[in-house]
Amino acid sequence: MEEILNIFVKSIFIDNMIFAYFLGMCSYLAVSKTVNTATGLGIAVVFVLGITVPVNYLIENFLLKKGALVWLLGESAAKIDLEFLSFIMFIAVIASMVQLVEMIVEKFAPALYSELGIFLPLIAVNCAILGGALFMQEREYTSIAEATSFALGSGIGWFLAIVGIAAIREKIKYSNIPAPLRGIGITFIITGLMGIAFMSFMGIKL
Amino acid sequence: MSKSLKLITDPLNLNNPITVQVLGICSALAVTVKLEPAVVMSLSVLFVLAFANVIISLLRNTIPSRIRIIVQLVVIAALVILVDQVLKAFAYDVSKQLSVFVGLIITNCIIMGRLEAFALGNKPWPSFLDGIGNGAGYAIILIIVAFFRELFGSGTIWGIEIVPKGFYEFGYVNNGLMILPPMALIVVAVIIWVQRSRTTELIESK
Repeated sequence: MEEILNIFVKSIFIDNMIFAYFLGMCSYLAVSKTVNTATGLGIAVVFVLGITVPVNYLIENFLLKKGALVWLLGESAAKIDLEFLSFIMFIAVIASMVQLVEMIVEKFAPALYSELGIFLPLIAVNCAILGGALFMQEREYTSIAEATSFALGSGIGWFLAIVGIAAIREKIKYSNIPAPLRGIGITFIITGLMGIAFMSFMGIKL
Repeated sequence: MSKSLKLITDPLNLNNPITVQVLGICSALAVTVKLEPAVVMSLSVLFVLAFANVIISLLRNTIPSRIRIIVQLVVIAALVILVDQVLKAFAYDVSKQLSVFVGLIITNCIIMGRLEAFALGNKPWPSFLDGIGNGAGYAIILIIVAFFRELFGSGTIWGIEIVPKGFYEFGYVNNGLMILPPMALIVVAVIIWVQRSRTTELIESK
């Protein structure tokens, strides 16, 4: 239990998807003009990450890993290693999950759907989602609970980051920025400074 | 001829994928601590981008537009698996350093962006040139960022010491901040600042 909580807090603050690994930067920069849309996209990312990482965890551990097929084919399968297929499997799971989420949002929250527009299908190519799956693979979490808590933590970390930058960008419209830095330039610098601020969480352990 | 030349030279400056189109930031920032992984990463992206462009361009009249994203993802994922296996076989150390970021080429927005914006509507040869051009534009920014981060952060270039030993005796210290992730953002912001001061038509209106 302690370990699960630790992974959760760590993936929100220390291994933050945006500030430590720059994952999902494209939509982070494009959708952070107003707090409302940023919140919508943030929630969608938390949701999709929370579903896809556990699903990919199961695929990784019961299909792809070396010897993972033993439960299905018996001892003769102990040497089968399908690890090289992981990219294609992960991206297929993600693309289909995103399609599902898109249909659900369209049905139950049409306002949010029209607001998110093109960015909802683009979550499929959001690096944060695939990044979540690949980090899960690389860090070799021992149980599905750990993988889920990592997924939710990273999602919430991403959510915090995009809402934070959107709030700052709403205010910064009124300030006098050097012309060449207007728009994208200043957003980069602010993100950098936020990243440095987030680094002060380093070393937190529960 | 001049038109094909323009396809290659435009993305280097006026239509740079990173600083102007703002695509593919995620991987660009995370691999730029040292020059070597940055160059390997640029070459991988260049390869995947050029060939994905050609393949999608060849298939462009046969893909139904409803499922084109999934088709594109499968083509890209297959190419990335190739790159990943080659790197693991011939440049294992670099492949370890790049860790998940090779896999993340799949969701690199530059590739999807160029497939959507160019390859779906153009013949294979121009698409190939477009892929090379955009890959090179991406590479230029990566190499500039990695050059400065490695020079100031570790005092080396490509692992060779550049800052003379004497400097350290007089109290010169490597700037540890440059190695940290947030500085990558700030270096890119400075590049954007310089570029937009030189070519004023890129400045965003208020």
